[in-house]
Amino acid sequence: MLVSYRWLGEYVDLTGITAKELAERITKSGIEVERVEALDRGMKGVVIGHVLECEPHPNADKLRKCLVDLGEDEPVQIICGAPNVAKGQKVAVAKVGAVLPGNFKIKRAKLRGEESNGMICSLQELGVETKVVPKEYADGIFVFPSDAPIGADAIEWLGLHDEVLELSLTPNRADCLSMIGVAYEVAAILGRDVKLPEAAVKENSEHVHEYISVRVEAPEDNPLYAGRIVKNVRIGPSPLWMQARLMAAGIRPHNNVVDITNYILLEYGQPLHAFDYDRLGSKEIVVRRAKAGETIITLDDVERKLTEEHLVITNGREPVALAGVMGGANSEVRDDTTTVFIEAAYFTSPVIRQAVKDHGLRSEASTRFEKGIDPARTKEALERAAALMSEYAGGEVVGGIVEASVWRQDSVVVTVTLERINGVLGTAMSKEEVAAILSNLQFPFTEDNGTFTIHVPSRRRDIAIEEDIIEEVARLYGYDRLPATLPVAEAKPGGLTPYQAKRRRVRRYLEGAGLFQAITYSLTSPDKATRFALETAEPIRLALPMSEERSVLRQSLIPHLLEAASYNRARQVENVALYEIGSVYLSKGEHVQPAENERLAGVLTGLWHAHLWQGEKKAADFYVAKGILDGLFDLFGLAARIEYKPAKRADLHPGRTAEIALGGKVIGFVGQLHPAVQKEYDLKETYVFELALTDLLNAESEAIRYEPIPRFPSVVRDIALVVDENVEAGALKQAIEEAGKPLVKDVSLFDVYKGDRLPDGKKSLAFSLRYYDPERTLTDEEVAAVHERVLAAVEKQFGAVLRG
Amino acid sequence: MKERLYELKRQALEQIGQARDLKALNDVRVAYLGKKGPITEVLRGMGALPPEERPKIGALANEVREAIQQALEAKQAKLEQEEVERKLAAEAIDVTLPGRPVSLGNPHPLTRVIEEIEDLFIGMGYTVAEGPEVETDYYNFEALNLPKGHPARDMQDSFYITEEILLRTHTSPMQARTMEKHRGRGPVKIICPGKVYRRDTDDATHSHQFTQIEGLVVDRNIRMSDLKGTLREFARKLFGEGRDIRFRPSFFPFTEPSVEVDVSCFRCEGRGCGVCKGTGWIEILGAGMVHPNVLEMAGFDSKTYTGFAFGMGPERIAMLKYGIDDIRHFYQNDLRFLRQFLRV
Repeated sequence: MLVSYRWLGEYVDLTGITAKELAERITKSGIEVERVEALDRGMKGVVIGHVLECEPHPNADKLRKCLVDLGEDEPVQIICGAPNVAKGQKVAVAKVGAVLPGNFKIKRAKLRGEESNGMICSLQELGVETKVVPKEYADGIFVFPSDAPIGADAIEWLGLHDEVLELSLTPNRADCLSMIGVAYEVAAILGRDVKLPEAAVKENSEHVHEYISVRVEAPEDNPLYAGRIVKNVRIGPSPLWMQARLMAAGIRPHNNVVDITNYILLEYGQPLHAFDYDRLGSKEIVVRRAKAGETIITLDDVERKLTEEHLVITNGREPVALAGVMGGANSEVRDDTTTVFIEAAYFTSPVIRQAVKDHGLRSEASTRFEKGIDPARTKEALERAAALMSEYAGGEVVGGIVEASVWRQDSVVVTVTLERINGVLGTAMSKEEVAAILSNLQFPFTEDNGTFTIHVPSRRRDIAIEEDIIEEVARLYGYDRLPATLPVAEAKPGGLTPYQAKRRRVRRYLEGAGLFQAITYSLTSPDKATRFALETAEPIRLALPMSEERSVLRQSLIPHLLEAASYNRARQVENVALYEIGSVYLSKGEHVQPAENERLAGVLTGLWHAHLWQGEKKAADFYVAKGILDGLFDLFGLAARIEYKPAKRADLHPGRTAEIALGGKVIGFVGQLHPAVQKEYDLKETYVFELALTDLLNAESEAIRYEPIPRFPSVVRDIALVVDENVEAGALKQAIEEAGKPLVKDVSLFDVYKGDRLPDGKKSLAFSLRYYDPERTLTDEEVAAVHERVLAAVEKQFGAVLRG
Repeated sequence: MKERLYELKRQALEQIGQARDLKALNDVRVAYLGKKGPITEVLRGMGALPPEERPKIGALANEVREAIQQALEAKQAKLEQEEVERKLAAEAIDVTLPGRPVSLGNPHPLTRVIEEIEDLFIGMGYTVAEGPEVETDYYNFEALNLPKGHPARDMQDSFYITEEILLRTHTSPMQARTMEKHRGRGPVKIICPGKVYRRDTDDATHSHQFTQIEGLVVDRNIRMSDLKGTLREFARKLFGEGRDIRFRPSFFPFTEPSVEVDVSCFRCEGRGCGVCKGTGWIEILGAGMVHPNVLEMAGFDSKTYTGFAFGMGPERIAMLKYGIDDIRHFYQNDLRFLRQFLRV
């Protein structure tokens, strides 16, 4: 909402407060003033001149040589390029020495050999936006009414010595979509009175019923419809002050009748529509829902298809307006219009919103209906419009108002106690302070022993319950004056749930291990949705995606992590180690919320470790990824229950992928990206993993139990076993541990050999075994006996033989 | 004989002084103190002396031997020390060469901000509540006093999946969910961090996916001044002591009164700068007293219970705190960006 400071001053006394100060006060008490703009933009030296002579420039086709009276001793010669300049016009002249917006200084000049002492200005040159300049002056200079005084300050006559406040209104404050509404707000802030405009209508002796009748067939959409007939109007420009106010408010002036309806819209927040009575084609107005297939050509010359969800004004046969949104071209007020039917109606929000949505038409009128107008002011606005039409369009107002109404003003009464106000706010206001605020708001109220009974005016439709009143009191009392306290309540410790705390440990661990946390998008494309997923379901698709790229919910974190890796690689960041913790979304049926399962995923590519000048360089490989996960399982005491099983999964290297099982249940995988996928993402050797984090963190982990520090020396024996190359190291190790119980405590693999010194198809695996008895020192014989047992077991199970 | 001994001492000390290494020194030791050395020889020749002279010469000879012995030991220590120093000098390294790097990763900047805020409120007795990102229309809107057709729904263009299910547009559904779980009995004291989604085109200041942190306190006698005190405490811990906050009236359907909360600019201390656009204040939160409809819908008696709620955007806080200029950085995962958030 654009609010002219000077115009506002007609409704509320602004003496002693500048536009800037006012803006600050308004912002502080609840409505944000986005900016304050001075319309004159530093202009000076622009006067109204009278074009005495206007003839072609002798040396230029497109220029005119004008003799202009500026109210000084001698008229001056000005060269003008505007196509519409003509003898006899009153125009805005920037004199020599004048300053126009942008600090543009006017100097004496010679144009094609002819002297020019100033510049005849268009409105745009005077800082007015093209979109609000009246159409007839859009491509040329502005012409003042013939009675404009020569030599007077043109800026003043154009109402540009003014400032405009741009209010940013929250949806609840539709009352401030009108000058009067803003005036009430400002009056409440400043503690001053509101002066309402006068609307005294002089009626002729006829009666409106002789001209028209109104029937509303959809009263729930249109509870109140009122109208008046104004005859013998002369269509012409509206008074300059009115045009100036419309332009300041961002509305383009058209003609007196249309301008008056717009002026009332701004003043009262009540949209009006003026029909050319003679073009209505009947003597009745019927308001109804449109019929399917019906059409209307609106003022913008667009044919619009209507449905039963739209409300139309009809002449009893066909639509003449799309109610509350835009009039029809067939009944438009034109230059030859003489009789006008003014419509003042209250249309309810949903039906208007539907029309705006379906037709992509948002107007000043529809915005107000959508947000809700004050029906108590509808007829007052109609009266004021009729009065202005008789004053500024020479019209004769026909007696009486035609009306169809089911609307009853229900008065909203709210009670609230002083105790409640202070209790909710934490303040210590007195009855008198609250009473003063309510008075400034001009809310009629009574007070009895600290209980306020407030009759809420209909203009404030946002106020219905005691909290609304508390808010009004609070914002006008001033939040600056609110004390700062802390809740007084029983002290309960806060904290994280065990799951949340463990998840933080996971993060710390992975970051300590060298991975960076990534956060990627949850929405993805259909082809990526199920890729790599541990578990898949029917992809969940948005009803109205913004792009195919972000149209379905992901079921794995890996595709976007790969994109991140690829993004980095394309920017010369070759070594990437990223992890992400986030949800995947698995449908449980179309009409229920999906399962949201938290996953942990990672991607590793390039060098994992590089310390080049000392010759250390380690590329990320399967065992780097596995080692990271092993550490994680250790951290949560699950290592003993974790198993890696070779697996084949789509998009992963068939020989370098393992599924990870916890207590027999697969909870994740780790593996190398399939070379084809690496190529697709423009990546080199890349490793990924994904785990069902919830399964991991919800698993029962072993509590820490102290084990005595060894008191006796342990014995270490190494064995190198030759086995078939397809024997898994994990299985062999498990067999050794099993056979070595209880004396063999640690079995660790320290060498893997395949090559010339072994027969084809064989490999050697070397383990180090630590023997220990907590009760005593072991003898060589005891160790040797167990060692033999181990050897026998692995020979039996795997055909393993000691490497010679 | 006396002279001979003095002469031996002088010669020995001279040779010890000249010895360059341990071997040379040992040669001197053998030459003077060995069994066939000159001092032994002198002692052997003592038989030729008159008996009264013998003890004197004997004592003198021992004295000389002692002196040489001491000189030898001192020199030996010195040579050994030099030897060690030579060896260490040869072992010197260039300490300015790079150390073996310990590869450390770090949390995402948003996680940093979120955890900092979580911890801050945990310290004030809050617990952390998390909930679904795919929400029902009821919890995302209706339970928050945004019935179907409410004009404020315009403010949040949403990603719907079906008519009743959508990606949550804010973390506020957790307010309703948590309150329901409490079955009308306070106190409720939670903060809810999480991802939210809106139908925005991604650009420098908009992201279709972003994060929010919401706070909610419901109890008997919760006052708006408690909200102010709580948020001031929060602002000072997050942005530094000496920060102040101010409330500006605003509108949210789920709170009444509603306010927007500004923190005095931490860059210019309120004098006005580019960060605060010259105002001295930075908007970081929306807040208010929980709307009675929201309390009632969640099963709380709004006559007995009052509450406050607040919400903020970790992206905005991170952008302000670290001077990040483009919201898309948070979701591109460029390591040149992520790596900058290593320091504690």
